[in-house]
Amino acid sequence: MSDAVLKVRDLRTQFHTKAGALKAVDGVSFEVARGRILGLVGESGSGKSVTGYSILGLIEAPGEIAGGEVLLDGVDVTRLKGEALRRVRGAKIAMVFQDPMMTLNPVLKIGTQMIAAVRAHDKVSRKVAWERSRAALAKVGIPSPEERLDAYPHQLSGGMRQRVAIAIALLHSPAVIIADEPTTALDVSIQGQILAEVRRLADDTGTAFVWVTHDLAVVSSLADDICVMYAGKVVETGAAAEVIASPRHPYTAGLLASVPAEHEPGERLPQVPGSTPSLANLPPGCAFAPRCFKAGPACTTTPPVQHFEGGRTALCHYPIESDSCPPPSSTSAAYQNAS
Amino acid sequence: MSLDAETRWTRLAGFWSDFRQSPVAVAALIVIVSVVLMAVLAPLVTPQDPYNQQTLDLFDARLEPGETGSGGYVHWLGTDAAGRDVYSAILYGLRTSLIVGVSAGFCALLLGTTVGLVAAYYGGRVEAVIMRIIDLQLSLPAILLALVLVAMLGQGMPQLIGALTAAQYAYFARTTHGAASAERRKDYIEAALSTPLPARQVLFRHLLPNALPPLIVVATVQVANSIALEATLSFLGLGLPLTQPSLGSLISNGFQFLLSGRYWISIYPGIALMLTVVAINLVGDQVRYVLNPRRSR
Amino acid sequence: MSAAILDISRVSKRFVKRPSLGERIAGAFGAGRKTEIVRAVTDVSLDVRKGEVIGLVGESGCGKSTLGRIVAGIYTPSDGQVTFGSAPVAKEQGRRTQKLTTRVQMVHQDPFASLNPRMRIGDTVGEGPVAHKIVKAREADGYVADMLGRVGLDPSYRRRFPHQFSGGQRQRIAIARALAMKPDLLVLDEPVASLDVSIQAQVLNLFMDLRRDLDLTAIFISHDLGVVRHVSDRVAIMYLGRIVELAPTPELYAAPNHPYTRALFESVPRVGVGRKDFRPIAGEIPSPLHPPSGCHFHPRCPFAGPRCKREVPALAPIGPGRSSACHLNTGGTA
Repeated sequence: MSDAVLKVRDLRTQFHTKAGALKAVDGVSFEVARGRILGLVGESGSGKSVTGYSILGLIEAPGEIAGGEVLLDGVDVTRLKGEALRRVRGAKIAMVFQDPMMTLNPVLKIGTQMIAAVRAHDKVSRKVAWERSRAALAKVGIPSPEERLDAYPHQLSGGMRQRVAIAIALLHSPAVIIADEPTTALDVSIQGQILAEVRRLADDTGTAFVWVTHDLAVVSSLADDICVMYAGKVVETGAAAEVIASPRHPYTAGLLASVPAEHEPGERLPQVPGSTPSLANLPPGCAFAPRCFKAGPACTTTPPVQHFEGGRTALCHYPIESDSCPPPSSTSAAYQNAS
Repeated sequence: MSLDAETRWTRLAGFWSDFRQSPVAVAALIVIVSVVLMAVLAPLVTPQDPYNQQTLDLFDARLEPGETGSGGYVHWLGTDAAGRDVYSAILYGLRTSLIVGVSAGFCALLLGTTVGLVAAYYGGRVEAVIMRIIDLQLSLPAILLALVLVAMLGQGMPQLIGALTAAQYAYFARTTHGAASAERRKDYIEAALSTPLPARQVLFRHLLPNALPPLIVVATVQVANSIALEATLSFLGLGLPLTQPSLGSLISNGFQFLLSGRYWISIYPGIALMLTVVAINLVGDQVRYVLNPRRSR
Repeated sequence: MSAAILDISRVSKRFVKRPSLGERIAGAFGAGRKTEIVRAVTDVSLDVRKGEVIGLVGESGCGKSTLGRIVAGIYTPSDGQVTFGSAPVAKEQGRRTQKLTTRVQMVHQDPFASLNPRMRIGDTVGEGPVAHKIVKAREADGYVADMLGRVGLDPSYRRRFPHQFSGGQRQRIAIARALAMKPDLLVLDEPVASLDVSIQAQVLNLFMDLRRDLDLTAIFISHDLGVVRHVSDRVAIMYLGRIVELAPTPELYAAPNHPYTRALFESVPRVGVGRKDFRPIAGEIPSPLHPPSGCHFHPRCPFAGPRCKREVPALAPIGPGRSSACHLNTGGTA
């Protein structure tokens, strides 16, 4: 993947608290190429959202980026400050939040906000800016965009607001859009509409997406590549279809196996025992070891190293063998016994 | 059991470590503690009982700060027209002011909280009527209401506390109502109602404890307000008689001499009043800041 | 089939928001708000049989949570009635709802909001049974310990406060609180929606174990079709306040009948089917303030005809134990 537009290398983000420095993001690396969608998957506390915020330099005290690089077309965004950072943000990289009202100002008309967003980076006339806003709304599948430009955010439904937020992110045709749980608060039928639009946008415009979500089903049907996080670390990466078809990391396997839709109704679900560890109190070896059905003696003492295999990685001492394990059934069984 | 004690202790320790982030608030807290200590221990730390006529000597009248009187001790803050040691008078006055302020604040807290809680819990017409009365009362200046009530009830400590309570409970009622209405909509209240638990239990075991934190802040500020309000009333001659002096009556007592250069009779009680009220307000502000859940940690 | 223990008969719920005094004054000058009526639930009938789990599925504004709250005695219906063993679940008392039975209990969606943050969880679980003399006050401690054990929590935790627990543990506590009342019917409102995937499975397993051990009857409300398929015997699909389809789970998932049900199944992303082309439902969910005429789904329905605009389709039987509210089943849409 040499044509990657966004390369994240060994990113580390810490939060300074009374209990010491919490490593919310601990050495995260991944790449996204033009027109590709990367699903950044994890549960609460895994550091997936903080990773997204770090890429855009949106970390505020008591947090700080403690190391690593975020290369956007070869430029390290983490080193940019002030005006230089502002020029990149919004123009070359943009963010879509779970709550579209993080982007939208409730007291201004959609049109006013979008025109201001256009003119923040391009010195064009209001007329041109209006036309570009209209085009952006049309691009995300909003019917009668002229009318929407004249509306206030509260006059739109949640799904429509999220589309507007995506349209604003698209205004300057950024190379990358980071989307943080953008469909989590929406209804299934509306989520379906937005996922369809996003897939089309990535294919048509070449914009790369980092889609931060906890929902494996969304990633499975939307993303090209997948990156699974646990306790601040990337535990598995690879092509979405391959990872989902045969996960290497026991955590990914456990997550996939516990999705009810993949089991006979009423059947006992394979469950990952225990709960997500507190970042303040991580075990010495692999953070997942206490919940892992494959954990051996090495797991509780030594941090695991990256295991490579044909474009895929897994951060595990004992990754699941490719041929020994056609999930979900066998991993299911493994978790069944473990729980 | 040990675990509970531990949480409660760590919570308290956390509160304190947040509180002491502001040196001003810590200083104010020290002021309050010393003021309260001095008022409580007044007979032990003052050279004179200023309201025992036997100990007063008219020859000592209007001594300047620092002069030695007939009692053989230095009047650090001077004496008033009756020969009272101003320093002793201030500490005895503080006692009265604090008793009135704290009791009025406490009574207003009890009354206001109950009224606000009932309004929030029952809702509908009950709530509408109660809250309109509260709004009406809040639109009148508290001092006006207190003046009228004191004029009607007459002088004396219980009357004064009653008047101050009636003038101030509305603040508690509105704060409680606001906090409790917000809590009322939360799922745990709904869960309690759908169990169903008796109304008394929902009110006092679920609604009240969760509506309490903002009340602590209001209570601190209202104690300061009560003290100031009482001082105002006493200054105007409507509060306590001079036989039971508070800071307000002391200020009033020296007011006539203020322009003749004998500033100390009024000014020092005034400074004491100001220090107390400002210190309580500063502590209240910091408590509000620490308890604010939206504060970024 | 056993007999129905809960009977929901032609229940409707309207929420009326009257304009405030200020808005009424503004209204006199032609501005301000008029009285707004949200029709949250319209003419819903359903019976729940002993020992079965009914899944209630729909998107936001479909009225599934309102219906659940009516069953749980938190709201009283505007029309129709809900009877539990021939007695109503709740009655209106002034402006307040008085719940009449302890035998229907509810579990809320968000375990961070549904537990009193300032009460020890032992008291939270034990106060209901003590208040209703299900146990004596001095035996409450042991009873609570027993309940916590039953939901897979260490009984020694009962003197802790909710903030000391994770989301999954809190949801177990909420379930223990409901079970402690010895309910005959449990209403679960999105009980796993706010939990992490790996924790969801734990809570679903717990629910299925409890159901087997205690022979529970339950209404399981969820927006997640996969979860509902897994735990329910029958499923009711709701759209804008009405039940549009009701069927035994296997039949419904094998062959959905109502166009909305079919469209909903189409839009759900699934694990393991790979990148797919979504065929999402067109259009937005209308506001329950101004629902469309006739069949509420007609503006978004690919099969809609003139009859759908005029006439509300009745929920009519289409097979053994199945019913659907669509004109396509009853003579077409023309």
